[in-house]
Formats: sequence, C-alpha cells, structure tokens
Amino acid sequence: MLQLDRATVHFGHRPALDEVSLDVATHESVCVLGPSGSGKSTLLRAVAGLQELDAGRVLLGGKDQRGVPAHRRGVGLMFQDHQLFPQRDVGGNIAFGLRMHGAGRDRQRSRVAELLDLVGLADAAPRPVGELSGGEQQRVALARALAPNPRLLMLDEPLGQLDRSLRERLVLELRELFQELGTTVLAVTHDQQEAFTLADRVVVMREGRLAQTGTPMEVWQHPADAFVARFLGFHNLTAATVRGEAAETAWGGIGVPAGSRQGAATVLVRPTGVRLTDSGAGLDCRVTARTFLGGQVAVHLQPEGAPRLEALCPLHSAPAPGDKVTVAFAPPQDGEIVVLPAEDAA
Amino acid sequence: MSTTKNCLAAVLAAGLGLGTLTACGDSGDSGGDSENVTLVTHSSFAVSKDVLREFERTSGYKVRVLKDGDAGRAVNKALLTKDNPQGDVFFGVDNTLLSRALDGGLFQPYKSPALSSLDADTRLDPKHRVTPVDTGDICVNYDKKFFSERKLEPPKSFADLAKPAYKDLLVTENAGSSSPGLGFLLASAAEYGDQGWQGYWKKLKANGIKVVDGWDQAYNEEFSGSAGGRKAGGERPLVVSYASSPPAEVVFADPRPKTAPTGVATRTCFRQIEFAGLLAGARNTEGGKALVDFFASKAFQEDMPLNMFVNPVRAGAKVPAVFTEHGTAVRDPHTMAPGKIAEKRDDWVKSWTSLVLK
Amino acid sequence: MTSTDVTSTDVTRTGATAPPRVPRRRQRRRSAARLGLMAVPAVFFALFFAYPVAAIVGRGLRDGGHWQFGRLTEVLGDAGIRQVLWFTTWQALASTALTLLIALPGAYVLARLDFPGKSLLRALVTVPFVLPTVVAGTAFLALLGRGGLLDDLWGVRLDTTVWAILLAHVFFNYAVVVRTVGGLWSQLDPRQEEAARMLGASRAAAWRTVTLPALGPAVAAAALMVFLFTFTSFGVVTILGGPAYATLEVEIYRQTADVFDLPTAAVLTLVQLTAVALILAVHAWTVRRRESTLRLLAPESTARAPRGAGQWALLAGVLLSVLLLLLLPLAVLVQRSFDTAAGYGLGYYRALTSADSNVFLVPPIDAVGNSLTYALAATGIALVIGTLAAAALTRPGRAGRLVRGFDALLMLPLGVSAVTVGFGFLISLDEPPLDLRASWILVPLAQALVGVPFVVRTMLPVLRALDTRLREAAAVLGASPLRVWREVDLPLVRRALLVAAGFAFAVSLGEFGATVFIARPDNPTLPVAVARLLGRAGELNYGQAMALSVILMAVCTLSLLLLERLRPRTGGAAGGPAAPTGEM
Repeated sequence: MLQLDRATVHFGHRPALDEVSLDVATHESVCVLGPSGSGKSTLLRAVAGLQELDAGRVLLGGKDQRGVPAHRRGVGLMFQDHQLFPQRDVGGNIAFGLRMHGAGRDRQRSRVAELLDLVGLADAAPRPVGELSGGEQQRVALARALAPNPRLLMLDEPLGQLDRSLRERLVLELRELFQELGTTVLAVTHDQQEAFTLADRVVVMREGRLAQTGTPMEVWQHPADAFVARFLGFHNLTAATVRGEAAETAWGGIGVPAGSRQGAATVLVRPTGVRLTDSGAGLDCRVTARTFLGGQVAVHLQPEGAPRLEALCPLHSAPAPGDKVTVAFAPPQDGEIVVLPAEDAA
Repeated sequence: MSTTKNCLAAVLAAGLGLGTLTACGDSGDSGGDSENVTLVTHSSFAVSKDVLREFERTSGYKVRVLKDGDAGRAVNKALLTKDNPQGDVFFGVDNTLLSRALDGGLFQPYKSPALSSLDADTRLDPKHRVTPVDTGDICVNYDKKFFSERKLEPPKSFADLAKPAYKDLLVTENAGSSSPGLGFLLASAAEYGDQGWQGYWKKLKANGIKVVDGWDQAYNEEFSGSAGGRKAGGERPLVVSYASSPPAEVVFADPRPKTAPTGVATRTCFRQIEFAGLLAGARNTEGGKALVDFFASKAFQEDMPLNMFVNPVRAGAKVPAVFTEHGTAVRDPHTMAPGKIAEKRDDWVKSWTSLVLK
Repeated sequence: MTSTDVTSTDVTRTGATAPPRVPRRRQRRRSAARLGLMAVPAVFFALFFAYPVAAIVGRGLRDGGHWQFGRLTEVLGDAGIRQVLWFTTWQALASTALTLLIALPGAYVLARLDFPGKSLLRALVTVPFVLPTVVAGTAFLALLGRGGLLDDLWGVRLDTTVWAILLAHVFFNYAVVVRTVGGLWSQLDPRQEEAARMLGASRAAAWRTVTLPALGPAVAAAALMVFLFTFTSFGVVTILGGPAYATLEVEIYRQTADVFDLPTAAVLTLVQLTAVALILAVHAWTVRRRESTLRLLAPESTARAPRGAGQWALLAGVLLSVLLLLLLPLAVLVQRSFDTAAGYGLGYYRALTSADSNVFLVPPIDAVGNSLTYALAATGIALVIGTLAAAALTRPGRAGRLVRGFDALLMLPLGVSAVTVGFGFLISLDEPPLDLRASWILVPLAQALVGVPFVVRTMLPVLRALDTRLREAAAVLGASPLRVWREVDLPLVRRALLVAAGFAFAVSLGEFGATVFIARPDNPTLPVAVARLLGRAGELNYGQAMALSVILMAVCTLSLLLLERLRPRTGGAAGGPAAPTGEM
C-alpha cells in the first residue's frame, strides 16, 4: 500500500527524515514511535504531500507520488489537535471531504450519519464544534478523516491531548474500529502504550532514522539498543563486558542468555528481573523511594558504587524507603536480561 | 499557496483600479476647452449673478469659479501649482503679497486695453503681469455705542491704541495668516519705521491686544460693534477691519439703521490693492484675457462695492450712495512700496510672530 | 472551540513556535512570492507617499540642483522653531501622561471588573477614537469655547489654552490605552499574582512585581501610540489652539500655506519624519517584547464583580471621568446643533441643505455625499493595498530586514505630516500619466494612505492566526488550493476584512490634514466643510458646523457599532476595534 524509499527531508542542515524506508501493507496498522523531534510528524506530512521530499520516494499503491498535491493523494490525516473547521458544525466538518470529492447531498447526509453513529456521536451533526469536549472533538476529527474513505489513514498523536483514562478507552476503541473497517493505518505517537495497543507493527524513530521495526512483542522483548530500551521506559541499563553467558557489570556478575553478543555491551535488566532476596547473597542496596503502580510497587534502589536499579515488587512485600535490601538478578532463561550493543556503538 | 491566488486577484483589481484612475485624471481635466474660463480666487470673491451672466453672454465663455480659502492661502496654493495651474485667471493677490506672486512666476504679462482708465497709483507692475481691480483700506474700527456709553473718545491713531485708556480693547488678526493682520502690521511699520515698529508692538502687547487667527473671527465674534459680534457676545470694541465695514453693517442690517454702529480710526489705515492676472500656464488664454478685461470693466467695478465692500479703481465708476454715505473716505492712508514689502515682509512677520504670539 | 479558546491558543502559539527551518531553494521561492505580494503596496507607497513627500521636501530644500542641507541647522537654530519643537514635545508628553493617568483606571475597570453595561461602556469609550479630529475639536469648542457650556455656566473659557488641547487629546486617546492595556490586562492570569502572594509578597508588591512588569510593554506601546498621535496632532490644535499654539504639523501647514516658506516646511517635515520613525521603531520593539513572554487566558475568566469600597470607588471614578471627558463634549455638540436662535429645532440641519451661504458653492449637505463617496473609494484602495501588504508580511519564511522595513514603511503615513502629503500630491501628481490633481480620486488616495496602516494592523493578527494546518487539513480532505482559500481562509478572514474596511472607512471619513488641501473647493468633505464653517463667524455657520459634526459623528459611530458586532473571532490580545492600535 505505502512504501517509503529512502525518503529524506532536511530542515536547514539537520535531517528530519534520513533515508527512511518503510512499507505498510493494506489493512495493516503501523505505529511510528519516537520522542518529539525524531521526525515522525515529518514522515506523515511527507506521505500526505504536505512536505516535499529532498530525496527518495513515496509510493502509494505502487505509484510514485512525486508532484502529486496533497488533495489528490487520497490519504486521510487526523491532526494532532484535530484542526476542526471552527466556522462549520460537526456535520459540516465531516461532510467536508465528501463535498471536495463531489459527493451529492444525500450521499453526504447518509455518510455523515453513518460515521457519527460509528464514532458514537449520533445526532451531533448540527452541533457547533466549539461546544465539543476533547474526546468528542477527537471522534469528530476521526469521522471527518474517515468520511472520504481514504486508502490510508494517518493519525498524528491521535490521543495526545486527552486525559489518561479517556486515552486508554479511546485507543482500544480505535483499534477495534480499524480492525472492523480494515483500515490501513499509519499513526505516530510518543506514547509506547498507545503504540503497542494500536499497532500490528511498531516503528521506533530516532533523529530521523528508523531505530527498530517489529511487532509490539518483538520490540518489547528485544529492544534494538539502549535508546529504544530507554524510550520504552527501561532504566536498568549498564555497561557490561560479556564473556560466554556471563556479563561483568557495575552491579556484579549477571548471567545472560546463550548466544548473546560478546565483548563490550550494554545489559538491560527489566524491573521484574530484579528480585529482592533474604538469602544474603547478592547486591546490597538501600531503598530510596517507592512508586505505586496499581497492584505493584516500583522500588528505587541505590546499590553502593553502582547505578540505580528499579525493581517491581508485589504490594504486600514492598520494602519502605531507607530499608536495606539485597538484590539478586533473575536467571537468563526468564527473559528478563537482555544484552544490547554497547552504547557508543548504538 | 492559497493566499497567493487571493493576492493575485487583488493585484489585478488594484492594477485595473489604477488604470481607470489615471484615465479619470486625463479626461476629467479642468478648463481644457475654450468654452470654459476658470477663475481661481479666495473665498471672499463675490459678484452679482446678473453681471456675471451678462459677461458670459457677451463673451461666450462660461465662467467656473474656484474659491480656495483665505487670500494668502489661495495665493500660496496657486504658486505651488503654478506649473500646471488649476485655472486661467487668479484674482485676489494684493500689494502685500504681490512680490511673492510675481517673483514666483505665477502670472504671464497681459496689458488690458482697459488699463489706461484705471487709477495710475494702483498700477504697480510695469510689466503688466497683474491688473489692479479694487482698493480697500485696512483700519481699526470702533464700536460707537461702547465709547459713547463710557464717554470715551474713540482712538484715532496708532499712538492712541497704545494708551492705557484703551487697554484690553483691541483685537487684531494673525499677521502670518490674515491679510488685514498683515496690513495692520505694515501700517505700523510705515508709521514707526523699520526699527520702531517692534517697540510699538511691545506696547500694544502690554496694553492687552488680542490676536486671533482670521478676520472673520476677529470681526464677527470678538468685536462688540458688528452684528455678528453682538450676537456672539464679543467683548472688544476695537478691531482691525476695513474702512468699508461700517457701510456693510448698514447694508446687511434689517431694518437698516440711519447711521452705522461703527466708525473708523482714520489714521490707522493701510491701503490694500487687489489684483487679477492671467496665470502663467493658463489653458484658455483668450478667455482669461476677457475675464481680466471684465474685472476692469465698468459693470464689474460698479458691482464690486456692495458685493466685496471694496473701492473701484476705474475712473468714473459710480459707487452706490449707501457705500459713500456710511463709509469713511480715508485720506492719506499708509502705503508701502511693493519692493520694500517684498524685502521685509517675511522677516517682519517672523519677528512679529515671536514678539506677539509666543 | 469557543472564540476565546481560539484567541488564547493563538496568542500563545505565536509566541511559542518558530517557523520550521526550510532549505534554501524553498526559501528562495517563498521570498519570491513575498516580493510579488509586496510589489503592489510598494508601488502604491512609492507613487502616492514617497514621491509626493520627496517632491515637496525637494521643492523646499533643493536650490539650483543642489540640496541645501545647511538650511537644516539654520531652521533649527531659529528660536521660534525651537519653541514649536518644544511645545510639540511637551504637549505630547503631557497629553500622554494625562491620558495614561485617566485611562489606566479605565483599563483596569474594563479588564478586571464585571458590572452591568460593561460592553456598552467599552463601545462608548471607543467612539471618540474613530471620530474625526475636527468633530472632537468642535465638540470641545462647544464645551470650552466662547458661548460653550462652561462659558454659559461659569464664564470659563478654555479654548486657545493648552488645557483644551490636552483634554481633547485625552478624549481621543482614551480608547487607545483602554484597548491596548485593558485588552492584555483582562487576559493576564490572576493566578500569577496569587502565586507571588503565596511566596510572601504583599498585595501591592505582588502587583508591582508580577502584574506591572507584564503590563509594562503594553503600557509602553499604548503610551507611544498616544505620543505619536498627539505629537502629530493637527485638527485639534488648529481648532482649539488659536494662533499662539502650534505643533510641528500645524507649523508645517502655516509655513507652507501662510508664510510660503517651503524650506522651513521641508526641514520641519524631515524633523517630524525622523521623530515619527524613531517612535515607531521603539514601539515595534515594545510590541515584540509584549508578544513573546506571556501566558494569556480568556478575558471572561478573569473579571469579577467589584468588591470592597476601593473597587466601587474606582468604578464610580471611571464612570464619572468617561461621562465628563468623553460623553459630555459629544452631548453638548448634539445639544448645540439643535439649539437655534428660534429655540430647539432642526434649523441648522435645514440650513445645511441650502446653497445660499457664502461659504460654499454647494449646499453643505453635499459634503455628506462627497465624504461617503471618497471614503468608500479610499476604503477599497486601503483594503486592497493593506491586505496585500499583510499577506506579504505573513508569508512563511524568514522575516528579514527588508520585510521589517516594509512593515515600518506601512506605518509611516500615520505620522508623516498629512499636510505635507497633501501639498506633495498637488505638486507631484500633476503630469501625465499621473495628472490626478483634477481627478476626484486624489482625495481617496490620500485618505487611503492613512487607512492602510489600520487595515494592515487588523489583518496581520488574523492572517497570522490562520493555522496553516487548518489549510492542510482541508487539502488532505481533497480540497484544491483555490478551494482551500474559499472554504477555509475566506470565511475566517471575511470578518477581519469587514472590520478593517470599517476602520479604513472611519479613518478616511475623518481625514483632514491632507484632504483640506486637495479637496476641490466645490467638493468639500465633511471635515473640510466643518472646518470651513467654523472659520466663518456667525451663529448660523457655527450651528451648521455643529450639525455637520453631529452627522459626521453619527456616520462614524454607526460604522463603529457595526464593527463591534463584527469583532474578529481571532482578534488576538487587543481584540476589537482598537486592535490596530494595540498591535501597532
């Protein structure tokens, strides 16, 4: 459906997109994940035709889109802050794309009703957009983008401005909706949870380049490097020297999975792989703080002379700040320990 | 971009607009055809309708009159636009500003056949660029009632005006912007000399002289003797005006009083002569010449006194009885040679302004 | 989104996002588009502003093909001229100080207090700003002059004193301060002050350390605008000042029209030009500072009902000062226009329809028709030129020195002697293909010059606030560029265009300095006719001047009221009719 072939865009001397190649298959849902300034919005704008490429190609349905203006590309784009037309009501906003494509009045009316129904805002057509709540605006923006049946729907931080609980609900709704409609989706977000829920495939971007591509599971289990790992929220990272199935780190020796890269590397220990023991053997740490995460508690630990560690404990057994604890690392077969390339190589 | 189109349309519109307006400029021009003759003059110009109509009938020209502000301003505006004048004839430059107009090249020579019948004393330009039309005397007027009630002798001379008895009584006009104001200044200079007039004005200032911008304001608002001033609650019984103002008070009053309510301080007068001339860039020179001749004609000269309250310059022109009866014949008014006025005027006005106004 | 949402987000956005950096190739294309847009306004200004002004200055300062700059020191060394400069400056400073003193409480009251009739009051205080100077002059004459209200009551006359000038200046510029400062004040987050108080600042200290610095640039901008307007004051000073008082502008007029000392007039024109350029530069700097740092809220959310004796007293004081300074002169003007010798009636209005008076060749009422025609034409010209200029200024891309210079150039006619422009027109536009002196279009062209800055200042914030992404949203939904303009830009800009048109109209209607010279004697405009009637003595002329002023006031007020209804939704901090002054 969509192919990017070494797409490159420069802003000044800084590349916003640096030879990015990416395929999105029909009915596939791809989510581009990255911190702000990583070039993910530029990627969408390049596909939409709102941003000229300095090099490379964008192909839609196999056709090079060079010189095709935005309004002839047949893609939909839902903007970060929705960009609803303030002078039109809800129905007018949704019908806009249909009108531009020359749909008749009846067709417009029925399609608007259909879409409002779909996004759960039946009867909202005559409402002015100024009166809508954030969530409602988001739904209207979605309906507006979907109305002309774009071959590719792009979402720019679709839930960025909404509050957390609403976001969690809506992202699921979106996922179900897209699956039901079979929409081809290319979304960008900086929120990994959103990305993992929404996407069949996740693309992590860093400074205009693709850092990693894969299913949510793949990316989660095997972050390509320390940058991706950190971006996914993992902070137990340290430089290591790997020999065989053991890594030498500031936290002491850690067993690593067989077949891990050898020599200088970075070791990631997931919080779930940091276990508090009573056995006395292990790394001595002091508890500096606790964070409640629903049923679990994140415990922040300060080993002596080594980087901090984060551990996940069940609610009832969490130590209090100031407590001295001993830490042991999970065995390699649990999948909690991952060896990544050394940081300066990344 | 979208705005580009927006703007292209606007550029087109603007282009079209400018195109049409230049077209307007070309076609809507004044006095281009020989049927019209255009007179540029000051706002006090007036002529009886039937007299003007008679001229139009006999000459075949239609007269357009452009009245443009006070006398001084009208002259200056005409000077500014002299390369491409607004009309064919200018009427209303007086002897106080004559040099400015002549030096500025405002007029072209035209010797009217009627010239020989005009008062020789008024023919000030040997090159005949201007033709005298009327004279008037700028004099201090007094409110008869005020002085009789106070049992006070009205002032007669410049020296009187500076006396304590007349403190806070006189209102005059800005010499920088008003021709009676300038005339009064020149008269004082003629009386006290190039050096002495400043000392005299210092005395006048100390004696409470009031200065307003124009004649109308001075005469019809501040002066207590005029019909307008009485209505407006004017409080000054002395004003710099014309020797012909008293008859005007009679002519315009209803019912007409037996005697004029105002009088003239005859030794404070300055002789003003007004001229007309053919403008240098006139389009219709023939029509212009006819108009200048008309100003010198008996019909116009006899019509003038009761329209503009000035004296004719044509020998034998009859002056209406009401004009002579209530007017004061000023013998021996102050005068000043045009050359001297030209030399001193601007400097004097400047010193006068800083002396009296600031 | 509600209109206020748009306002606040847009304002914060202007401060927050820098335009994305763009490769040079694209930048070149953008500059080309910008230059294209600038071309028409630039040509307009060159032809109808720079050329006439240069011509009149040249006429004064060139002698035998050489520039006589020695004249500069000669003229400036003259004691009389130095006195004019001094008076111009100090009366402008005094007017500015007095205006701030009287209007700042008004700004506070309209910004922070909520009371019935507030929107009416806001509209009322703006009326004087759109009134022609001649009307204001007449109104104050009716109040302070001979036979005026004070004269009738207590025998007090203030005309031909500097007080009349100062009060009239306050009358005019009250709205500038209220709109510029009050507009911002109403959007300042009161929680900032609360935060300071939580940190231990007293109420006064919190105000001094938080609110005042935030308002500072707005106060400075308003003060500079008032200073500019009063520094170049013409109509007010000629009508109320008498022969003794002259601002630079009045002196230029006198030197040209009365004394015919063109070199002096030229030097004074240059002096004024320099001063005005300086004021505008400082102003632009304060505006830039004002835009950058503040977090703004919807105005509705910050106003409270007055509490405590202090606030009630303040409110009462403001209402009283508005009543005395703004409404009373206008009320007296209206009253005098009906107060004929034969008792109250329409006598003066009827007299306007007769051609008998010696002042005009035509019935004075014809001036209404002339004025409307001229003002409409001027509005059309100003809209085209101003919108193109504003569009050029809002093109994406780097705003270089050229663009900033262009921006400043557009403002210059506000401060350059209108008298000079008028004279310049007469002596420069007199040759084919541009022989316009005999053409009626001359007057609208001169009026459009002062209308353009208002159009630019009204359109700029709106065009800037037009989110390019709204256009992109339309494009992605399948709208072609033309369609985008029609569907997105036009509906949002239409309102601003109407507001700009209303402003240009009001300003053109009231233009006096240039019009007084170029209006043909047989086709006077309303202000010119009023001034001419005032220059004539006699009750009937005076009454007719009052009546014509009332008509002029009615036309201006009507267009203002229409504007209030049309206030642009994306008006920015100083939304509403005074937005141009707020932004300038």
